[in-house]
Amino acid sequence: MTKRPLSPQAAAIVRMQQASLSRRRLLQVAGITGVAATAAACGAGGGGSSESSSAAPSPTMATDMSDSEKFVNWANWPLYIDVNDETGEYPTLKAFTDGTGIAVNYTEDVNDNNEFFAKVRAQLESGQSIDRDIVVLTDWMAALWIQSGFAAPLDKAIIPNAANLAPAYQGVSFDPNRDYTLPWFSGFGAFGWNKALLQETLGTDTLTSLDQLWDPKLKGRITLLSEMRDTMGIIMAWQGADPSNFTDDQYQAAVAELQSQIDSGQVRQVSGNDYVAALETGDVIAVIGWSGDMFQLGDDFGVGLPETGGMLWTDNMLIPSVATHKKNAETVMNYYYDPVVAAEVAAYVQYISPVAGAKEAMAGIDPSLVDNQWIFPDQATLDNSYVFMTLTPEQDVAYQREFQKAIGF
Amino acid sequence: MPALAPTAGGSAVVVSGAAAQRRPRTAYLLLIPGLAWLGIFFVVPLVSLFFTSLQAPTDRAGVYQPAFQVGNYLTALQEYWPVFIKSFIYSGIATVLALVIAYPLAYFIAFRAGRWRALLLVLVVAPFFASFLLRTYAWRTILADEGFITSFFNALHLLPENRILNTPIAVVLGLTYNFLPFMILPLYAALERIDPRLIEAASDLYASPFTGFRKVIWPLSLPGVVAGTLLTFIPASGDYINATLLGAPSDRMVGNAIQTNFLQFRDYPIASALSFILMAIILAVVFVYIRRAGTEDLV
Repeated sequence: MTKRPLSPQAAAIVRMQQASLSRRRLLQVAGITGVAATAAACGAGGGGSSESSSAAPSPTMATDMSDSEKFVNWANWPLYIDVNDETGEYPTLKAFTDGTGIAVNYTEDVNDNNEFFAKVRAQLESGQSIDRDIVVLTDWMAALWIQSGFAAPLDKAIIPNAANLAPAYQGVSFDPNRDYTLPWFSGFGAFGWNKALLQETLGTDTLTSLDQLWDPKLKGRITLLSEMRDTMGIIMAWQGADPSNFTDDQYQAAVAELQSQIDSGQVRQVSGNDYVAALETGDVIAVIGWSGDMFQLGDDFGVGLPETGGMLWTDNMLIPSVATHKKNAETVMNYYYDPVVAAEVAAYVQYISPVAGAKEAMAGIDPSLVDNQWIFPDQATLDNSYVFMTLTPEQDVAYQREFQKAIGF
Repeated sequence: MPALAPTAGGSAVVVSGAAAQRRPRTAYLLLIPGLAWLGIFFVVPLVSLFFTSLQAPTDRAGVYQPAFQVGNYLTALQEYWPVFIKSFIYSGIATVLALVIAYPLAYFIAFRAGRWRALLLVLVVAPFFASFLLRTYAWRTILADEGFITSFFNALHLLPENRILNTPIAVVLGLTYNFLPFMILPLYAALERIDPRLIEAASDLYASPFTGFRKVIWPLSLPGVVAGTLLTFIPASGDYINATLLGAPSDRMVGNAIQTNFLQFRDYPIASALSFILMAIILAVVFVYIRRAGTEDLV
């Protein structure tokens, strides 16, 4: 049997599979198959499995099985969609399945951008399936996926509702035309506190400044977020720097401040969502936390932006390049960009909806929430918040390192 | 034994000639599953980890290339030696605490429990039916600032920081609690094997209960002590859950350093180097310990 010479594209794919893959090599391969890749990318999602397999697929794109397999795997953060507390069902998802016949396998397995990425990175680089067709990632992590070629371009023909994207979310630096991402929700890195205990210790029931958080009377009773951007952003803003445009020195100054508060024992713990439980038991009186979480706690707890400014972050839906149910995923995105559906979810999770028209739709769902600053912030609120500076992957690693070192890792 | 062997072998020689030849092969065949298991799930990952620990960074963050960068080990040690020391202090204290708690308990189960013995053993193992993570979370409620335990000790002014949770005390308590069964079971197994008549003989020979314990029970239970301390100390040294959930930022252990390097920094070489250093230190400690305990042939 003689070996038939391979086409350049096929040879590139074989080489890619044989060599242990580095991201750079992947990009090289993508470059070789560039033309074919672009063609496949443009066509993907449009015609389903038969079409995308006839065109030579980009090595990073998976075959779309949406038409034969009527389901979609969605990985999201915990407590980030409407839940019927009695049945445990997700009402909007159920309505989606009833309407389209596409079942949604919804999992809450994104707890930390870095950890989730570390978990699936090897598969993404070798082009293996990660069994997730939609993932929800914060801006900077979404940017990293796009830069690395791990995100599939969205077929806007299937997502006509993408036109409902609020103007504030258009033209972001990492995805200027929103070719790869659609925001899921935004929220604030803000202060949260136990009203009664704060009154007892500081004699006030509102927290407005980091100075109060650093008050020795709260020693050992405060926690900060392990999300570097939220914690460091708030500290930098308090020090007078601009978190969306800062220098190395300004970052160092903020790390030094953080370090001294940790070393003195002022900060009890630096964690993710865990702080919610600690606030509930009263072990912790005040936190830097996420706005939506505080609402789940109820009226005994306060939430507010620091006077010097809070952090505004956005989580994005994106489709991994290795997703095998791309069209179904796009159908889901389209559904959630219907203002009424968006308002329904927002009413539950109490984060900021990126969908224009959700505010009007909210009037029909829960009028009391229409003026809620945490779901539909006005200009004053937005002016008092920062979006963290976009970092290069190298800067990101360096800054993460210094942050983690200060918080004891 | 040598005197008996020829007779036993001699009488069976005709019948088992073929069987005797087959026996070694059967033994090797029986070894295959175990060796394959070790090969696939221990040796291969270990080798891969070793090569990872020598990789060098590229100009892209989080991407590494094969190299022979021994300096990774130096970097890891330089940056994390205090964390290593802290880890071994925490796990050392936890091991001693576990021994102190487990020994009387195992002794009671082995000699005094009578018909309750089986039930007590089940109770020792019972915590394993709930997830490790959940049980550690439960300690956060138990040790809460306004909880009974913390309030009690606070009333006596015994707590330097007026709390237990998020202090080294909670980390050590968590480690002790989580690995206690690994101490109790080998101790029980060793104690249970002791012939009670030896203890009676000791008292017949006018040994006080304490001397009887020191001269008879303790030496005979040593294999259990060694096994129990190792089974507690080794996993406790590498644990990161207790430090994460029960500790403060200043209480992180080596496990946390490895986890952070792997998952947060995506610095796989340093994380691998840390794992190897941890493994080397533990092996050295175990080696010295077993030598000192003089029980190489018992463990």
